[in-house]
Amino acid sequence: MSEIHHLSVAELSLALRNKELGAVEVATHFLKRVESDKLGSFLSHDPEITLKQAKASQERINQNQSGTLEGVPIAHKDVFVTKDFPSTAGSKMLEGYRSSFDATVVNKFALAGCVSLGKLNCDEFAMGSSNENSAYGPALNPWDSQKVPGGSSGGSAAAVSARLTPAATGTDTGGSIRQPASFCGITGIKPTYGRASRYGMIAYASSLDQAGPMAKDAMDCALLLGAMCGPDLDRDSTSLDIPAEDFTKNLGQSIKGLKIGLPKEFFGEGLDPQVKNALEGAKSVLTGLGAEFVSISLPKTELSIPVYYIIAPAEASSNLSRFDGVRYGHRAKEYSDLMEMYKKSRAEGFGAEVKKRIMTGAYVLSHGYYDAYYLQAQKIRRMIAEDFKIAFSQCDLIMGPVAPSTAWGLGEKTADPLSSYLADIFTLPASLAGLPAMSVPCGMSATPKPLPIGMQLIGNYVQESKLLNVAHQYQLQTDWHKMNPGESAGLTGGSK
Amino acid sequence: MALQPEDIRRIAHLARLELKEAEGSRMLAQINSFFEIVEQISAVDTKDIVPLAHPAELLREVQLRLREDKVSEFDERAAHQQSAPAVENGLFLVPRVVE
Repeated sequence: MSEIHHLSVAELSLALRNKELGAVEVATHFLKRVESDKLGSFLSHDPEITLKQAKASQERINQNQSGTLEGVPIAHKDVFVTKDFPSTAGSKMLEGYRSSFDATVVNKFALAGCVSLGKLNCDEFAMGSSNENSAYGPALNPWDSQKVPGGSSGGSAAAVSARLTPAATGTDTGGSIRQPASFCGITGIKPTYGRASRYGMIAYASSLDQAGPMAKDAMDCALLLGAMCGPDLDRDSTSLDIPAEDFTKNLGQSIKGLKIGLPKEFFGEGLDPQVKNALEGAKSVLTGLGAEFVSISLPKTELSIPVYYIIAPAEASSNLSRFDGVRYGHRAKEYSDLMEMYKKSRAEGFGAEVKKRIMTGAYVLSHGYYDAYYLQAQKIRRMIAEDFKIAFSQCDLIMGPVAPSTAWGLGEKTADPLSSYLADIFTLPASLAGLPAMSVPCGMSATPKPLPIGMQLIGNYVQESKLLNVAHQYQLQTDWHKMNPGESAGLTGGSK
Repeated sequence: MALQPEDIRRIAHLARLELKEAEGSRMLAQINSFFEIVEQISAVDTKDIVPLAHPAELLREVQLRLREDKVSEFDERAAHQQSAPAVENGLFLVPRVVE
């Protein structure tokens, strides 16, 4: 058997069930790695809690009462609230905040038998594409610590890539699962909007926010997705009333004759030639498996940037109005009246990017601008969704890049935030339409240091299992998902 | 049409944010540069297009869902208030608002 941290969720699960490994042994192994994390990928962990959960898990194994993922360690993005660990959303506003309940997704993983390793770094309130907007410092890319891991689920991607955890949760509002998965060389899927409950997910933009798993490969994502999805009708008003399914059940299917659409807008100017080449390579592999490629068009691709950056901040300005320094969160030390208390508490608690999005949102929703900006953006949002409808009449799924480039350097885009907005171009359309989409490792850049490249697969509504099967068939033929940044990457002392 | 410093002050008030002078001007520059790419949306013909508030409605008819009117949550006041900045006798403390 390979080293414990190189085992997939599927392999760990089997080894635990067959008692080749013990839940405490596995948890201890990963905890040791988490404790020597020098990537800043974890925001909190607590060996006592993790080991207590692991012992309880082993009890269930011994009594043949195993859940579907019994004993498998997982770590959660810090936007999921948890009773056992602080929940900060990467913000100073929620420093030390303790939730009185667990998010539905967290609860579902606990019911499946998962053991929690702690909470993962992310951009503040999930707003960002580099993890540099975290109030607790950026997470670093394990392949090159001078590069960003992507965001907003940067800590999740970095931790899985550096083998600090076999699985992580992420959330995706405009690409926050897919882009960091691509930058760190792991597999991640954002399911159809409404598949996974938003209850207990600290809200950014409610009509876009969606939780999903991040792991080494498509098989693991399928296993994790099955555990986290399902109706939560009493607690999430937008939860889909569609039962969770066994997303692994179609993983053996042939993809012969499958029609894959290539949107011409995804392959234009501005796409890094190395990314383009990697996608060409992936195309050949899929062609070899019998897939057919057709050219399609998603004409509003470029418009998805302004549309997203109007709608998401508008919803954020409303969602984040709850942080008033009264019921939870930061409160300023000095103020003369209630208004000043609000203004100072919020000014001190929020970081620059969050403030800017709140301001942008308040502006586009304000009297005199609502129709021209917010309503117009919502109309174009429908047109974007309609474009996908036409595209899916011509193909079964869509393939393209996740991001125009590989991971960029730390600090490279901080002076010009607009440049990082523009880099979201390929992930935003599926988010606005609410479609399932995933990132699958498909190559490495050559210069200067090798960095992972991800291919994006976008499916029609509730077709996650089709996406996962294509990714799985691809991964049976390729090794990109097995590459890792090395035994010592991200660990102090370089020991295992 | 670019935003002016007074727009930033007005929006900051609406958003209940105290902005320092330098922060305000940095934000003004960044929001204005963002609105340069926003202007392209006004050129799109959206006549007769119904705004899409929610992707769920593309999948199925969305209706406001109400849960059954029964007691499902119990008193956990202490747990809920454990992270509150100021609490007294189970009540959240705020500055005096009524003289």
